[in-house]
Amino acid sequence: MSVIHDPVKAGIHGGQAPGGTNYINNSKGILSWLLTVDHKRIGLMYMVCVLGAFLLGGSFAIMLRTMLFIRAASETPISEGAQNMYNQAFTLHGAILVFMFIIPAVPAILGNMVLPLMLGAKDVAFPRLNLLSWYCWVGGAIFFMFVLINGGLDTGWTFYTPYSSSTTTAATTATMGAFILGFSSILTGLNFIATIHMLRPPGMGWFQMPLFLWALYATSVIQVLATPVLAITLLLLMAERILHVGIFDPALGGDPVLFQHFFWFYSHPAVYIMVLPAMGIISELMSTFCRRHIFGYSFIAFSSVAIALLGFLVWGHHMFTSGQSAMTNAVFSLITFSVAIPSAIKVFNWLATMYKGSIWLATPMLYALAFIWLFTIGGLTGVFLGALSLDIMAHDTYFVVAHFHYVMVGSMLTAFIGGMYYWWPKMFGKMYSEPVAKVAWFLIFFGFNLTFFIQFIAGSKGMPRRYADFVPEYAIYHEISTIGSYVLASGLFLVLFNWIHSLKYGRKAPQNPWGANTLEWHTSSPPPTENFVEDPPVSEPYVLGAWEYDASIEGFVHNKEKAAKLAQMSHH
Amino acid sequence: MSSEHGHDNHPPHLAHHFETPKQQFESGKLGMWVFLATEILMFGGLFCAYSIYRGNHQDVFLYGYGALNKYWGATNTVVLLASSLTMAWGVRAAQKGQQKLLLAMLIATFMGGVGFMCIKTIEYKAKWDHGLFPGTMNAFYYKNGAPAYPDKIEHAIAYIDAHNTGGHAPAHGGEHLADAHAEAPAHDEHAAPEAASEASEAHAETAEGHTAVIIPAAFGAPADVSLIPHPAVTTETGLLDTAIDNAGVTVLPHAGHTQRVWASLSPEEQGKVHIFFAIYFLMTGLHGLHVLIGMAVILWLIIKAAKGTFGKEYFTPVDIGGLYWHLVDLIWIFLFPLLYLIH
Repeated sequence: MSVIHDPVKAGIHGGQAPGGTNYINNSKGILSWLLTVDHKRIGLMYMVCVLGAFLLGGSFAIMLRTMLFIRAASETPISEGAQNMYNQAFTLHGAILVFMFIIPAVPAILGNMVLPLMLGAKDVAFPRLNLLSWYCWVGGAIFFMFVLINGGLDTGWTFYTPYSSSTTTAATTATMGAFILGFSSILTGLNFIATIHMLRPPGMGWFQMPLFLWALYATSVIQVLATPVLAITLLLLMAERILHVGIFDPALGGDPVLFQHFFWFYSHPAVYIMVLPAMGIISELMSTFCRRHIFGYSFIAFSSVAIALLGFLVWGHHMFTSGQSAMTNAVFSLITFSVAIPSAIKVFNWLATMYKGSIWLATPMLYALAFIWLFTIGGLTGVFLGALSLDIMAHDTYFVVAHFHYVMVGSMLTAFIGGMYYWWPKMFGKMYSEPVAKVAWFLIFFGFNLTFFIQFIAGSKGMPRRYADFVPEYAIYHEISTIGSYVLASGLFLVLFNWIHSLKYGRKAPQNPWGANTLEWHTSSPPPTENFVEDPPVSEPYVLGAWEYDASIEGFVHNKEKAAKLAQMSHH
Repeated sequence: MSSEHGHDNHPPHLAHHFETPKQQFESGKLGMWVFLATEILMFGGLFCAYSIYRGNHQDVFLYGYGALNKYWGATNTVVLLASSLTMAWGVRAAQKGQQKLLLAMLIATFMGGVGFMCIKTIEYKAKWDHGLFPGTMNAFYYKNGAPAYPDKIEHAIAYIDAHNTGGHAPAHGGEHLADAHAEAPAHDEHAAPEAASEASEAHAETAEGHTAVIIPAAFGAPADVSLIPHPAVTTETGLLDTAIDNAGVTVLPHAGHTQRVWASLSPEEQGKVHIFFAIYFLMTGLHGLHVLIGMAVILWLIIKAAKGTFGKEYFTPVDIGGLYWHLVDLIWIFLFPLLYLIH
């Protein structure tokens, strides 16, 4: 093996397009973005919008935590006006972050960005549909912005009837917004399914696919099958509010619990829309940063599919106290426990990948480690809540709040940020600052646990969720939690600063800074518009041996002879 | 992409990110099948709501469906099935490169859609005239136990009862019976419970072999007050055998099927008849919207076909547009018996 001293001359600095153009700078002007069908540009447009929604929804979180802190520190009960404001804050926090941030974040940003690259393809199967999905997102977002200036929303993000069919806040507008956002999600899922089926390169069977694609595939199946049910539910809710059709309103003979069934038939699988692609990211990070083949490839792949399918059968566990029959509750409880099996399979496979690995604690890996820690807590407390006796006690308390924040924020958000760091060099051709990234990681990890672990305790002591007021015994938990949320927010702002700073001042990224072997690392950073100048070599995605570190470019270069040898070995 | 496979040599309709027309065709088809799955799930929610409300309020459904005109419904089923046939024929024509036949078949399919929507409009108009549309102006809209529009409700009841007991033309029977009702004692608008006993009498008006029943005025009355046996029933076949089921609700035998009239519904169920019409309009309305979307797609295909875009080499849009049209047809195949043929 020889060390290559001048990678640019040797022509291995990535199949750079002629003239050094890439997908970002090859055409200019606002219309070249608004009318683009390039999956990478659409991914970037999603990134800007979805991160904007994250900032907005996060601001409501800080607002409600601050209100709780002020209440905790004062002697007097809060005014009715402030209580209404609190109802609005937690509703908008949940609705904006669920529908506009968590659901689209990983598939629409990172999935759009790397899915075709990982397949060695030029684009997704339906590029124009992909752009349409972005416009659907924007359309839904406009409705939500309209909600903000026109009466707000105080139903909780779950829109439970009968309150949602009678509230005077802008519930119809918000419902319409969520309905349109749903189409964005459906179109992305549909596109990914067709792309993975039809655009895999020769030599890449289903079991040579990167695990991120398995996760995106399972996610897409949920998006496609569950979201339409939300769509019809929201349509019925709108019909109830506008026409008073009597489907959900008990005063007109409707059944409000039916709404809950419909809603959770979507919204429980939606939890897996959030976490499955996050798990896919972790599978990529684990192999790359342990410098090892992923352990238990097919188990991780199939567990994604198993979670997607089981996810459709557990919605009733949100409704243990809604008057379901004891038998129904028991069945839902049992199936809920079974979700723990594929989830644990994933966690144990990641741990087994680390075992005897050569662990490289780069920032994405730190997020992967945080993910395992937080997901394990979030997942196990989910098993607690799946147990009927405990759920009756903990239902609608901060225990539930803490549980789902560990999964939806602790797991999904850390994996998302980890994935963003991981693919940032590929997306923009710039390296972020490692030391700043590590400080931010610590603030996020520490701040997150400070915010939410204490909520398990508050909840187990009986603090109900969605209450603006509380007895003094709970004050200390709210104070600590709020301080934690400030630490968490400061960490998140530091991440944002690091990303923006890197665009201007970051070191130029090599083609492959991490030595991963999935196909997106076989093209330049950032890639040209059609992704690859020449077809990338398809090989086992987790055989990393052909990539050799080159200190002069602070990145890895591909040794073709070694790759050929490895390919031969894997055939025997 | 290698140079001998450059952009200029591509077949004209092959998008740059596909390698072969076959790959593009299969991608489009797979995408449409996945989309159809989302459509089925979306309608699935409505079918689910239908099952639940029909299961919970069987008598309401047995009563309410009488307002629907099953002859128009059946005609529409035939129209839509025929348009599915012409669509399939059109796809075949496209595959074989028969341009003129394709255009003719697409136009025939489009006309099928027009016919369906026209008939649907006639049906909707009839419901509208009798106050049976969804919303707070619905004849059967109840809030807090009292009907919002007592004068409208009589008209609507007469209309449906006439159907359920074997009336002929809806307009004729409906009007006739509505007139008969006008002579009935005035109803207490506020439906005070104490008015229940005096108003819970039932009248039978027999005209041209129909039986009409006057509603108990007190809708909020306890169930036992108004659960009076139905007076003797005459039907066209002269059948006089009335059966009373366990709940004391009168069942009218007619043409071999059980029928419901207003008086046979318990007061509680009388307050829920509007749900049947809500479900009817939501299901057929959403389906009608899909027919319109399908017609727009077919219109686009007609324009393309007129320009000669499609041929043996390229017929993907016709094929997947056809798939969508068949789904619209398929959903109607389920809607028609579930709504129009309840027994």
